[in-house]
Amino acid sequence: MRSPILQSATKYLLPILLLFSFFLLLRGHYYPGGGFVGGLVASIAFVLHSFSNGTEATMRLLKRKPLSLIPVGLGISVMSVTLPLLFGLPPMTGLWFEQPIPVIGMIGSSLFFDLGVYLVVIGVVLTILFTISLDNNLDEKK
Amino acid sequence: MIDNHILAPVFIHLFSAVIQLIAWRKTITQRIVSIAGSSLGVLLAIRLLSRVHTDGILTLNAANWEAPFGIVFVADLLSATLVLLTSIAGLAVSFFSSTGLNRQRMLYGYFPIFHFLLMGLNGAFLTGDIFNLYVWFEVIIISSFVLMTLGGRKTQLEGAVKYMAMNILASTFFLTGIGILYGITGSLNMADLSLKIQQVQNQSLVGITACFFILGFGIKSAVFPLYYWLPSSYHTPPSAVAATFGGLLTKVGIYAMIRVFSLIFIPDEFTRNLLMTIAVLTIVIGSFGAVIKTNIRRLFSYLIVCHIGFMVGGIAMFTKVALMGTVFYLFHDIMVKTNMFLIAGLIRQLRGTMDMTKLGGLYAHYPKISLLFALVLFSLVGIPPLSGFWPKIYLFKAAFTLQQFAFVGALILGSLVTLYVIAKLWAEVFWKDSPSDVIVEDKFEPLPLFRKILLVLPICILCSVTLFIGLNAETIVQLVDKISDQLLDSTMYIEAVLGKQN
Repeated sequence: MRSPILQSATKYLLPILLLFSFFLLLRGHYYPGGGFVGGLVASIAFVLHSFSNGTEATMRLLKRKPLSLIPVGLGISVMSVTLPLLFGLPPMTGLWFEQPIPVIGMIGSSLFFDLGVYLVVIGVVLTILFTISLDNNLDEKK
Repeated sequence: MIDNHILAPVFIHLFSAVIQLIAWRKTITQRIVSIAGSSLGVLLAIRLLSRVHTDGILTLNAANWEAPFGIVFVADLLSATLVLLTSIAGLAVSFFSSTGLNRQRMLYGYFPIFHFLLMGLNGAFLTGDIFNLYVWFEVIIISSFVLMTLGGRKTQLEGAVKYMAMNILASTFFLTGIGILYGITGSLNMADLSLKIQQVQNQSLVGITACFFILGFGIKSAVFPLYYWLPSSYHTPPSAVAATFGGLLTKVGIYAMIRVFSLIFIPDEFTRNLLMTIAVLTIVIGSFGAVIKTNIRRLFSYLIVCHIGFMVGGIAMFTKVALMGTVFYLFHDIMVKTNMFLIAGLIRQLRGTMDMTKLGGLYAHYPKISLLFALVLFSLVGIPPLSGFWPKIYLFKAAFTLQQFAFVGALILGSLVTLYVIAKLWAEVFWKDSPSDVIVEDKFEPLPLFRKILLVLPICILCSVTLFIGLNAETIVQLVDKISDQLLDSTMYIEAVLGKQN
């Protein structure tokens, strides 16, 4: 079932939701939010897209399999955890740039940890949902 | 002393897992990364142990938060030695699974999950924070669920459901215990808890909390009457997986018991009697179970249960000699049990079955491999001077000193049954002629030499470590002596974590 109302709404909602998820990600260090919630919102955006346009269309939009986001995200997180070891500090210590960056604010290694979590969450949620929905589509075709 | 590198054995497995995830479905790369990662892990663990041995207890404050407020990681001699043994067992399983496992399982991510499991085990041994210990337990459980169900045969799912149900129950008890503990002391740091728990007014509440921990760790280490998930699930996954489980998972429960009872809940009369009763019953039930089983892996599963009782009994006596026996037995058990499941896997490769009634004639066909197996089996039984013999002396000595004659009886029964069962296994599998009506399906013979070596090498590695433990008992006894001093006198641990107390 394709609904034109949902399709045209998704066209605008997808970028807004993604922006919102990024906002949550950046806000997460001191306020409610963070990588996990941000990742969930971002994956909801893609799930909405797949509801209105079909899973294949979303897969085309993403270009890569969502599964490949998991190692990338995990890698970024692990890097940010172990990076302080190079400076003689215990793992997971937050390293911060001295000057704030406009719009984003202070940047530290914990942001990259959150970014990793964000990517892993998107990867996991989309992999699970797409696996289920693609299996369903195959069943319907049979 | 603060050392920022004690988590290296944890990170190496995390790195290997991430690299293997990047090389998703490229099984050859994954195998190489797995063996390389595990070998590096062994080297890092050796480095850690030697540093702990020279410099004393090492600590690390994660994210640079001061001790009772942040999460601490502590490497004392017990943790460091267990990390080393885990890494060696992990290396052996890496070798074995690179050929002993079918490709289908590797395609669905066997290797990354295996490394996550090793990471969780090392983390659990190194953490100094009780909630963090719970988190590592979860890492271990989740990875082991996946490893157990990977392949998706019906028996595997059946075993996994039992395993999962019991382990979730264990985690719930454990978490409830932590919650109460935090409620009455306001701390999660184990060294800090050790100080604060003595000042609690309501000591009976502390005793009840200890029962939650006994239940939680009891399910994990498979003691009577919470053991039955183990024999009904350990024979289902492939042997490489069963080896990691049989060698290491129940032992984390024992380690957690030793840690918690030596630091936080110093066992009182009631706890000692409770633990002793559990230990005696565990040994008896485990040995009865082992006598009647004909499937090799089921038999080994019951032997695990039986021998867990030895260690719980040692904790129950809680004297220096008893703890020496327990810790020594723990070291010996990790190596031998891992090896036994690998042997079961190799027997399956050689003969296509693990049912003792359908096996036979292995000694005639493969005399060298059979002799290798014999060394391991003799170590398990504890024939002097092999490794199973020494810890039992200490356990007997402690039991006689404390006049725990029920435990002495159980120890004798357990040892005799182990001897009987292993003798039966030897006669059935190795000496008896192969039954004439069984068609032998030898998958080992047609393999190229390289893969044959990869299958036998891990058994050799573990066997040589077992021999080292047995024949070089002097060194191990000195190590175990220091460990039990550290366990009985917790001030060293507390000072290492929190600094000098006045």
